[in-house]
Amino acid sequence: MNLFSSLIKKNGPIIGTYLLIAIIFWFIFLIIIPQLYMVDLSFRPNLSPLERGGDKDFYTLEHYKHFLFGSAGSNNYFNVVDISVFFKTIFISIIVTILNLLFCYPIAFYIAKVAQPNSARFLIIALIIPFWINELLRSFALRVLLANEGVINTFLTQIGLIDTGLLFITNNVGLYSGLTYAYLLLMMFPLYNAIESLDKNQLEAAKDLGSSTFWTHIRVVIPHAKPGIVSGCTMVFMLTVGALATPVVLGGPNTLWFPELIYQWFKMSNNWSRGAAYSFLLLIISVIFVLTMMRLFKVRIGEIIK
Amino acid sequence: MSASVELKNASVTFGNFYAAKNINVKINGGEFFSFLGPSGCGKTTLLRAISGFQDLSEGEVLIDGVDMSRIGPNKRPTSLIFQNLALFPLMSVADNISFSLEVRGVDKKKRRSRANELIELMALDGQGEKMVHQLSGGQKQRVAIARALAIEPKVLLLDEPLSALDLKLRQRMRTELRAIQKRVNITFIYITHDQSEALTMSDRIAVMNEGEIEQIGLCADVYNKPLTPFVATFVGENNSIDGKLTEVSSNEATISTENGSFKSCLNNSDGKYSIGDEVFLFIRPEALELAKNGNFDNVIDINIDTFEFEGNIKNYFAKLGSNKKIKFSIPNSVDTSDIHSGSNIQIGFNKLNSVILKKGQLAVDT
Repeated sequence: MNLFSSLIKKNGPIIGTYLLIAIIFWFIFLIIIPQLYMVDLSFRPNLSPLERGGDKDFYTLEHYKHFLFGSAGSNNYFNVVDISVFFKTIFISIIVTILNLLFCYPIAFYIAKVAQPNSARFLIIALIIPFWINELLRSFALRVLLANEGVINTFLTQIGLIDTGLLFITNNVGLYSGLTYAYLLLMMFPLYNAIESLDKNQLEAAKDLGSSTFWTHIRVVIPHAKPGIVSGCTMVFMLTVGALATPVVLGGPNTLWFPELIYQWFKMSNNWSRGAAYSFLLLIISVIFVLTMMRLFKVRIGEIIK
Repeated sequence: MSASVELKNASVTFGNFYAAKNINVKINGGEFFSFLGPSGCGKTTLLRAISGFQDLSEGEVLIDGVDMSRIGPNKRPTSLIFQNLALFPLMSVADNISFSLEVRGVDKKKRRSRANELIELMALDGQGEKMVHQLSGGQKQRVAIARALAIEPKVLLLDEPLSALDLKLRQRMRTELRAIQKRVNITFIYITHDQSEALTMSDRIAVMNEGEIEQIGLCADVYNKPLTPFVATFVGENNSIDGKLTEVSSNEATISTENGSFKSCLNNSDGKYSIGDEVFLFIRPEALELAKNGNFDNVIDINIDTFEFEGNIKNYFAKLGSNKKIKFSIPNSVDTSDIHSGSNIQIGFNKLNSVILKKGQLAVDT
């Protein structure tokens, strides 16, 4: 009620009411209900619409059990396939996040502190333009470049540098580069914003006091940019771990991505409950990642979302 | 350990614009030297050239006789104190102070003891573990100085570090800076647009305007014997009256103005002046006295316009002739009960307390 009256007071009755409705809709219908429904569904057996609410509809852990131990008739005690896909996805996502950070930090620093205003604007536009193209198409474009008979291999063979094509896709080079590129901007902009807000005098002061460029970054720039680093890393990690299109197009034959499994449960096996359970696992790991990052870098949530 | 700093034919250009033009100055080791000038006069550019952040377009910077052109800011024996201090907000006071040692790989124990030494020197006892934002303005100044002194630079460069402080603190910091300079005995190069700051602290000052040095000298000489109209009006206040020379000798001249003829001094004339030259006569407000209270070389008729009480002095703004204004200041102790707005009175000044200079650019009130 307090929120309502202050919204009305600040914005007038019409816009105030509109804002309130928008906030409530967003919070309840886009966040609370879908998540609760997903969690609820993940604890129920996979039933046809007719059976719902009937005798067979009771809470069960069968989907989580399936993730851990697999179906009854399998040879292994644990569900090795799903568990390894899960951890491989997390592992690769962490690597991709680190690659992204290493790739974006120098560029963000250059644009924020080194480039003249005009060339900085140009570089920002140059960063954005490729993202006007759909993620799926960008992945296919990379596939065209990296395929066994792709542009890069053809070029390298023709100039005689290699005899047979390099296996970029098989060795997941395509997957790593595709995923790193896919969410580049979500690392770039938080980093850029954080570094941009650093007073240039701080850099000069450090240099004047005898600091090398390396130490200036370690002691002055990175500590200042920490909230941006954490914010970029969490966003890139969450989106990478949940990516579908890029791994489908660029993943090697032996690399299954966890969201592909989820997709299969929903779409192929028509088992929404199991899909929901697997999604919930992914959500939990994302939350754990964010909390770990915050703890590790001693950053509060308010600083990240700045 | 202090070092001399010399600028030889130093110029800095940005496109066609000269930020500093043909600067020649030698600052002695252990001297407190100020560059004084309005904003945009090129003084910051010079400071950055000395510290190494700005390359010279022409000329050279010599520190202790060594050419600095190939030596970067992190290798020069200078430390710069920034206008906004640029303390590191995410480090403690002690870490700020010992930063220059840390980046040189000095071990923690030595860093700590040097930091404590400086904390004591700067009267910051007990503040070492605090973060910068927990300090007062004056304490931050002292941390910035301590940080700059930690590696024992030979030259300390100060870029208007007092401008953000309030008046009382600024005045105290002036005295303090001067005392620190005497104690550590290194060369201080200070830049400021505030003439009283420059005059109170410096051994010598250089007055700059539009990228060029107008005058270099001892504070009292710059104030009492300005060489250009700009210096006369920028350093302290000055009344200017224009006219033509009617008599010229080696160090004296008579100027004829719309308001009468006055006798005054010529500085460094060297035969530069001749009869008929267009000149300015400069008289400081405090050099003007009530004519009835003494004998003066020159007397002016004026009409009092407005009055301003400043405490130790009383300022009068008067009309001189039809379209000129003149300001004079009288000590509070002098009886002025008969002077009112509209009174026609006479004020006088002695030729030694005024100066005649060739016409030129005057400082604009800001």
